[in-house]
Amino acid sequence: MTFNRRTFLGTAGVLATGLAAPMVLAQGKPRVVVVGGGAGGATAARYIAKDSKGEIDVTLIEPSRTYYTCFFSNLYLGGFQELSDIAHSYGTLAADYGINVVHDWAVGVDRGAKTVSLAGGGSVPYDKLILSPGIDFVDGAVDGWDISAQNKMPHAYKAGSQTELLKAQISAMPEGGTFAMVAPPNPFRCPPGPYERVSMVAHVLKVNNPTAKIIVADPKPKFSKMSLFQEGWANHYEGMVDWIGEDFGGGNVSVNPDAMTVTIDGEETQVDVCNVIPAMKAGRIAEMAGVTEGNWAPVNAADMSSKADPDIYVLGDASQQGDMPKSGFSANSQAKVCANAVRGALTGSKVFPAKFSNTCWSLIDTDDGVKVGATYEATPEKIAKVDGFISQTGESADLRKATYEESLGWYAGITSDMFG
Amino acid sequence: MRWPKSLICAVLAGGLTPVASTAEEIGDAIAGKAVFTQCKGCHEVGEGAENKSGPHLNGIFGRSAAGLEGFKYSKSLVRAGNSGLEWHADTLSAYIENPRAFASGTRMSFRGLKDPEDRANVIAYLRGFSDNPRDIPEADPTAKATDHSVDPNILAIQGDPEYGAYLSSECTTCHQIEGGDEGIPSIVYWPYEDFVVAMHAYKKKQRPHPVMQMVAGRLSNDEIAALAAFFNKPN
Repeated sequence: MTFNRRTFLGTAGVLATGLAAPMVLAQGKPRVVVVGGGAGGATAARYIAKDSKGEIDVTLIEPSRTYYTCFFSNLYLGGFQELSDIAHSYGTLAADYGINVVHDWAVGVDRGAKTVSLAGGGSVPYDKLILSPGIDFVDGAVDGWDISAQNKMPHAYKAGSQTELLKAQISAMPEGGTFAMVAPPNPFRCPPGPYERVSMVAHVLKVNNPTAKIIVADPKPKFSKMSLFQEGWANHYEGMVDWIGEDFGGGNVSVNPDAMTVTIDGEETQVDVCNVIPAMKAGRIAEMAGVTEGNWAPVNAADMSSKADPDIYVLGDASQQGDMPKSGFSANSQAKVCANAVRGALTGSKVFPAKFSNTCWSLIDTDDGVKVGATYEATPEKIAKVDGFISQTGESADLRKATYEESLGWYAGITSDMFG
Repeated sequence: MRWPKSLICAVLAGGLTPVASTAEEIGDAIAGKAVFTQCKGCHEVGEGAENKSGPHLNGIFGRSAAGLEGFKYSKSLVRAGNSGLEWHADTLSAYIENPRAFASGTRMSFRGLKDPEDRANVIAYLRGFSDNPRDIPEADPTAKATDHSVDPNILAIQGDPEYGAYLSSECTTCHQIEGGDEGIPSIVYWPYEDFVVAMHAYKKKQRPHPVMQMVAGRLSNDEIAALAAFFNKPN
């Protein structure tokens, strides 16, 4: 492990903590520890640090020094973004917001002692802990696939090297070859994501390999923005995409990564690329903290606090909150509600009522953008949908282009909202 | 198609105001170019414009009086700027009607444009050289008290900027607080009233954007006022 100034300070703080008595620390500034530096965690850390104006000590634990956003990674696959366009560092959060950024894995939570232990050794104490670990995959979800097969059959559902690998595999497909996708069951990160990905792969193949085929095995009978995607596939990529839904056995799938075969409802197909997106669950630290029930971590809608522990909050994909889709936009929205509540709890600042919103843009082909969105409110039971909208089939090319341009603006907006 | 244009069209078509009278009030930029020949001796505008004996006029809308760094203004204009004078359609119009009546110590030795139509036209011409956020439909120079149907009691609400700061976090997922405006318009430093008018237009679905209709649709009058107060002075 190489030390930069921030990790060194972070680690030094951790070592000191291990030696000092906890009571001494409790007399200092209140401490918030955030695990996971994505749309939920980075936003929460930034807002707490920014709005508390130094009254709260914020530590962000995130293993990656360079964070690749999962949103827009499909556009990288489609050639609309460079990998560097979706890469972000934590330098501004450390330098301008005074956040103690620790590049390490959180490997345990001691809820009694209120500490988070790190893979690199030591532990970090907290008064409030925010978990925003994103997703992990359910073991055995796709017959024949496990994480050791991810180099042959990438999931590319955590952006970065997996996305690069998938892009390279698509480029290397033989003429007239077959790209297969095993789509995940609900609920999963980014509901339109697999289908935007199909669109982006089709966009690349249409140019470079127009006789290639795309097969999607899907355990669901329908999916997000289905009519919009299907209209787009018919208009832009006629005859290229074969979507096999639940009704046609799309859920009865096994794969053989060594033989590069996919068997859908008993029929085996030789494929050249196989993108396996398994069933998902909360990032593992949530389970280790004991705040999950089943695959996800139930939270109270008003402040995103865990139903299992009032001093732990769970944001984004990992949380089970009600009606919001698992998206970067949702995580960012939840983070602000949580940040406001955490700051209020620790410093007595005014806590305003929760408001949530989400919008998901998807790109179908060049300048053909669509979107879906909704607003939400906190009820005693869950985050409940208030109102929503979706792009319509048959919209004008001008509107679709404006929608795509809007998505670029949103990307710039949300990433500066996350990383400063 | 660029965003602001589409919005302008939609707003004009959307019945916020009679089209003809708005066009008249905004002025004719082409005619304004001809009027501007009277100003050209001292002022440049457009690409590469530099300060001459008068400051260049790019980005004049929303700028504080005496707000251009590197130009030596009269003390009179500096004082006006320090007391909060900003250049908008109404203040510009008043100033160029009779500069010395407006700011007695100004160095602008110009007798003034007496014809309101000439003033409206030249302001419309200058308007083409100001960027976002000033080119939002209800903002300069189209902002006129008569351009909207928002109840004066709603406009009179004093927003709570602290609440606005919290609510603004919903906006900043898309609208950059630093003011970037590629693909999504900037909303920072919007004039208070323009902001309120725009949000109510979305709320009533007079403006067409679905995300904004949805977001504004559930904002109360007090919340809109709070947001307007915050974005007017976001720092």
